[in-house]
Amino acid sequence: MTASVGINITDNGDQSAPPSLRVEDTPRDDVDKTRVSDFAGPTIVLVLFIGFWYLLSTKILPPQKRFLLPTPHRVVNEGFLTWSAGTQRGLRPILLSLWDSIKIAISGLFLTIVIGTTLATLMATRRWIERATWPYLVALQSAPILAMTPLIRALIDGVRVQRILVVVLIAFFPIVNNTLFGLLSVDKSQHELFTLHKASKFTRLVKLQFPAAMPNIFVGLRISAGLSVIGAVVGDFYFRRGGVVGIGAQIDIYRSRLWGAELIASIILASIFGLVVFILFGLLAKQAIGKWHTTTRGR
Amino acid sequence: MAEALGFKNVGMTFGDGTQALSGVSFDVSPGEFVTVVGPSGCGKSTLLRIASNLESETQGSCVVNRDSIGYVFQDATLLPWRTVRRNIEIIAELHRIPKVERRRLAQNAIDLVGLTGFEEKYPRQLSGGMRMRASLARSLVMKPRVFLFDEPFGALDEITRERLNDELLQLFQLEGFAALFITHSISEAVYMSTKVLVMSARPGTIVASFDVPFAYPRAHSLRYEPAFAKLCGEVSRSLRGALV
Repeated sequence: MTASVGINITDNGDQSAPPSLRVEDTPRDDVDKTRVSDFAGPTIVLVLFIGFWYLLSTKILPPQKRFLLPTPHRVVNEGFLTWSAGTQRGLRPILLSLWDSIKIAISGLFLTIVIGTTLATLMATRRWIERATWPYLVALQSAPILAMTPLIRALIDGVRVQRILVVVLIAFFPIVNNTLFGLLSVDKSQHELFTLHKASKFTRLVKLQFPAAMPNIFVGLRISAGLSVIGAVVGDFYFRRGGVVGIGAQIDIYRSRLWGAELIASIILASIFGLVVFILFGLLAKQAIGKWHTTTRGR
Repeated sequence: MAEALGFKNVGMTFGDGTQALSGVSFDVSPGEFVTVVGPSGCGKSTLLRIASNLESETQGSCVVNRDSIGYVFQDATLLPWRTVRRNIEIIAELHRIPKVERRRLAQNAIDLVGLTGFEEKYPRQLSGGMRMRASLARSLVMKPRVFLFDEPFGALDEITRERLNDELLQLFQLEGFAALFITHSISEAVYMSTKVLVMSARPGTIVASFDVPFAYPRAHSLRYEPAFAKLCGEVSRSLRGALV
C-alpha cells in the first residue's frame, strides 16, 4: 500500500525513480508486517500443551482415573473424525448443539449491545441515571447466575428466552462500562470547541462523543462477545428441554455418561467458537477505527 | 475604528475563591494584533475564555461579537477520527452550512494554510506544525472577525514556530481580523503584534502596554535588528517587574 505522490509520476511512464526520492504516502506507524514469531509463539505453546496433555493422560493420572482424560488422538478419532455413532456420539450431535448455542449467544449479544449502549448513552447524558443505576450494574455483574435460576424460571416462560436472558446478564456489564467510559473521556478542549459553536447535546453525542468512544466501545464489545459465548454455555446448563440441547447441556450429558472424548471435543469446539467471535470483533474494530486509532506498545 | 473586542474593568473570581483577574481593561480593534504576555498561571488563558464565553466574568464586562470568533487552542484539538478535510469542515458543519459550500470554504482554508495535498490524511499522520496549521484552517473557515490564540505554537520547535508566525501574520494582513494572542515568548509577542500587554502574577492585571512600531509585512530579519531587541528588553524588564 505504498502509494507515492508527485515526484515519481512522470509523463513518459518512467517508474524507476529511486525510492529515496519518493514521498511516502504510508502512515508512519502502521506497517503491517507478519513476523515468524507471530506463528512460532502460538505453535510452540500448542505443542507444549499437547505434550503436557499426553503426559497427563498417560503418566500423571493414576491408571484407574485415566478414563477422565482420553489422549489427544482418541479425542480426534472419536470426537472429530466420527461423524455419528449411536445416539449422541460423534461430531454431528456436538455440532448440532453448538449451533443451537451459537444462535442463543448471537441473539443475546445483539440484545446486550442494543440495551447496553442505550443505557450507557443515557447514563452519559443524564447524571442522575448514572447515579441511580451504577451500583446495581456492579452488583448484577457479580451476582451468581446459579442463584437466580429459580427466579428466572418462575418469571419467564420459554427455554430460549431464559437462555438469552442469561447471556444478557453475563455479557451486559463490559459493554455498558466501556461505552460509558468512552463517552465521558472526551478531551476537554474538544468539548469546548463544540461549546464555542453552540452544538446541541445530540450533535455533541453524534459528532464528538460516539466517535471518540469507538475504541472503548470495541474493547467492551470484544469482552461482551466472549462473555456471550460463556453465557450461552452456562444458560444451556440450567435451562434445557428435550430435543436438541445447547452445547453446555451436551457437555453435561457427556460428563455424566463419562464420554471423555466427546466431552473434550465439545469443550474444544466451544472454545474455538469463543475464539472466532473474539477475532471477528477484533477485525471489525480494525475495519472501523484502524485508520485513525492505533494501540501502541512500548519497547 | 470600532473595537472588535473590549474588556472593561474585567475581574474573575472562581468558585473556590481564587481571584484570577482583576481590573483588566483594553480594546482590540479590527486590524490590531494584541498579545498578552505574563507569568504562568496569571490568568492569560482566562481572558480568552471570557472573551469566547466559555467562562463568564464576575466583575466588569467584556464586549465582543460572539458570533464571529475564531479560537485556536493550545494543542491542535483535531478530531483524530476525521481526515484533515473533515476536521476543517467541522465548524461549518456545526453551523449547518450545506455540504457543497462547506467543501469550498474548507478547501480555501486548506490552500491558505498550505495543507493542499494533505486533505485525506488523518491527524496522527501529520507533524505537530501541520496539525497546528490544520487547527488554524479550521478556525479560518468561518472568516471570524475576532481571533483568539491560546499559546498556539508553544509546543512546536523553534524553526516551525517562526515559520508559523510568518504564516499567521500573512493571514492577519490578508483577513484583517482583530487578534488577541497569548504567549510565553517575548520575541514572538513583539514580532507578531501591534501592541504587547504585560500581565502581573495572580490576580492578573495589565501592568504595562507597549506599542510595536514596526510596519507589516515584517521580515524574519526584523528579529535581529537593534530596535527589536531593545523593545524585547523593555517588555522583558516589565515582565520581571510583574513577577515580584
